[in-house]
Amino acid sequence: MHTKSGFSFAQFHAKYGTIAIFAVIFILSAVLVPNFANPDNLKNVLRQMVVVTLLAFGVTFVIILGHIDVSLGSVLALCGCVAAAAMKSTNSVAIAVAAGLGVGLVTGAVNGFIVTKFAIPAFIMTLAMTTVARGSVLLFTGGRPITNLGNFEEIGNGNLFGLVPISIVILALFLALSWLLLNTTKYGRHVYAVGGNISAAIASGIDANGVVKKSFLYNGLLCGLAGVVLMSRMDSGQPAAGIGYEFDAITAVVVGGTSLAGGRGTIIGTLIGSAIIAIINNDLNLLNVHSYWQQIAKGLIILVAVILDVSTRRSRT
Amino acid sequence: MAASGETYVLEMKDIVKTFPGVKALDGMSLRVRPGTVHCLVGENGAGKSTLMKVLSGAYTVDAGEILFHGKPLHGQNTRDTLGMGIAMIHQELSPVAEMTLAENVFLGREPSRSGRSGRFFVNFKNMYAQTAELFARIGLNYDPRAKMSSLSVAGMQQVEIAKAISRNASLILMDEPTSAITDKEVGMLFRQIAELKANGVAIVYITHKMDEIFAIADDVTVIRDGKWIASGPASDFDNEKIISLMVGRTITEVFPKVTVPIGDEVLRVKNLSGRAFSGVDFCVREGEILGLAGLVGAGRTEVARALFGLDPYEGEIFLHNRPVAIRSVREAIAHGIAMVSEDRKGEGLVLSRSVRENTSLANLPMFAPGLFLDKRREGEVVRDMIDLLRIKTSSMNTAVGDLSGGNQQKVVISKWVMGEVKLLILDEPTRGVDVGAKSEIHRLMCELASRKMAIIMISSELPEILGMSDRIIVMHEGVMRGELPRDQATQESIMELATGAHQSA
Repeated sequence: MHTKSGFSFAQFHAKYGTIAIFAVIFILSAVLVPNFANPDNLKNVLRQMVVVTLLAFGVTFVIILGHIDVSLGSVLALCGCVAAAAMKSTNSVAIAVAAGLGVGLVTGAVNGFIVTKFAIPAFIMTLAMTTVARGSVLLFTGGRPITNLGNFEEIGNGNLFGLVPISIVILALFLALSWLLLNTTKYGRHVYAVGGNISAAIASGIDANGVVKKSFLYNGLLCGLAGVVLMSRMDSGQPAAGIGYEFDAITAVVVGGTSLAGGRGTIIGTLIGSAIIAIINNDLNLLNVHSYWQQIAKGLIILVAVILDVSTRRSRT
Repeated sequence: MAASGETYVLEMKDIVKTFPGVKALDGMSLRVRPGTVHCLVGENGAGKSTLMKVLSGAYTVDAGEILFHGKPLHGQNTRDTLGMGIAMIHQELSPVAEMTLAENVFLGREPSRSGRSGRFFVNFKNMYAQTAELFARIGLNYDPRAKMSSLSVAGMQQVEIAKAISRNASLILMDEPTSAITDKEVGMLFRQIAELKANGVAIVYITHKMDEIFAIADDVTVIRDGKWIASGPASDFDNEKIISLMVGRTITEVFPKVTVPIGDEVLRVKNLSGRAFSGVDFCVREGEILGLAGLVGAGRTEVARALFGLDPYEGEIFLHNRPVAIRSVREAIAHGIAMVSEDRKGEGLVLSRSVRENTSLANLPMFAPGLFLDKRREGEVVRDMIDLLRIKTSSMNTAVGDLSGGNQQKVVISKWVMGEVKLLILDEPTRGVDVGAKSEIHRLMCELASRKMAIIMISSELPEILGMSDRIIVMHEGVMRGELPRDQATQESIMELATGAHQSA
């Protein structure tokens, strides 16, 4: 997996894309890491990647627009805990899910509104949102987990027809929805155009601010959903959960070939990027690598992915 | 400063500079005497700016010789040429707005503190004192501690000149220094230039304004199509002579102009004013190509931007005799107005996306009656466009950024041709486009006119204006100077209106 020259690796990446990197990592893991290829382990990897992948789908739209969202982790905790609290007081899974998604939509609306209205960088807006959301969730939970949630855990741990994990079904549904939005609708085209060249988009009659607002809204919705799935899997509302998830999600998007400069990126790429991150995490766990080392590894991965993105773009011109 | 008895500060001989596809300079020569103002005159795109960049060291020449104080200049970078005493006052000033005047004057050569730590720390006291002394010496009434951003454009320009003086420059190049300042400020600038001259500094002054040439020039050199055309003392020239030398080319290009019957009025503007233009009145009719001539900065692009809803305006706009208000691009498009921007990469295209996506971008509702895009229909229409405009691309999924300039421009045009456009505004439609694509774009314009489209074409190329327009409007400094029917327009008559020679003569 190591090459001496970043240049030739960039060419390899440009030519064969993320899918080839995924294949290499998958095969190496299967051969070199004990127990990796075990079907139970693979199913486990799939379930573990659901939450981050949902976040990554949403933030893919935002990143293609040339924006960013660093508040994913704490907004996810806020949404999940609101869902848990709603579950506890109403004992209705439907109301709990609606509450979680609703909070996600509201935060997305706020992010989109302020970023477009005051033309401030999304990084600053969502940085502020990070502490506001984390503070809010700690405030209303008193910093204590919300437990005894009845059948709330079905979403994260249950199986459809006793066979397919519900969380995987959710992931598949939103994979399809995100793909359709980005590839088959006017809105999707507008996202690429605004991210690629906002002046040209405006000069083509596109409501660029509207596109940004819609995208933050969708990103917020998925963030809420990810929060619901995560808390359900843990069968409790954990106010301290989700720390660093935005980093994993953004890494997945970038590894999946979406350009931080905007204008380029795909949902399938994000899925594969997320799978690559999940496999590497799983490998490191199976190999008993200390979690501190895992953090260092993750940092290096995003660095390499961004260098690849930049050098791939340069080698094209 | 200048060695006594020196004939020329600067001698450029037979300079050639080629870019892919264009000869920007093709045997250009220039000789500048010490203590004189040498006006370099030429049309837009004649090669003046390239010459500047060659002198500043930003470009290296392909052939020719440059002597500065008799010493050959070759392979120096901008920092070297500055150190040798060549300074530039660019048309677009780029000061560091948030720094003080003194910091800007000493940018890149901040005075050091004495002692061992001197190499790392700036001697601010010394810097402000030196700047105050400099300002006093040349009569500038500014506080060296003021922020650059607090100054007007003219003020910044004067600080730039002060900077050049403080570097002991013996040659200062000024690129259209009056393009962004008021008449009163022009007076101040000219007084400063006179001071510089008296101190033996030579000035190369780039302009195409006739009145300025005769106000300050000692010598004049005319450049056209990158070639040296004429040089001599200013007294050897007059308005008519300079204009005919500037435009003097014979029209060799053949324009595929087809006259089509002109129909009903499509657009009329009355007393239209906006950013950089005022009191503009004109109309354009079905099948008509209206040429909008003028120099860069005459306000033509701003008129187009207002019509396309990109900038606010005051005044009245009528479409098909009905008054309309155009407040946004979306409204303009809804009214059937389309614009091909002069800034192809900035406003025309999303370079990272495909030919297909760019072509259909402004017309997506056409392919999406419901929620989803009908990609098959989109593909068919885009395929038709590629054929109609003969866009050379390996496939419709190729990124537009990978296409040549001419083909990129065709994609921008195709974007608007497929919609229901009644008024098409083309801003410099063939700038930076090769000859073949150029004539195809001209052919397409005629084809569109014959489909009853009304076309407004902004162009800085006189042959193009003369060859393609049915009627020509000339603008100068934001005001309409005249209207010429096709059969009465000549390069000279347009240039006279465009340079404002009429008024000053």
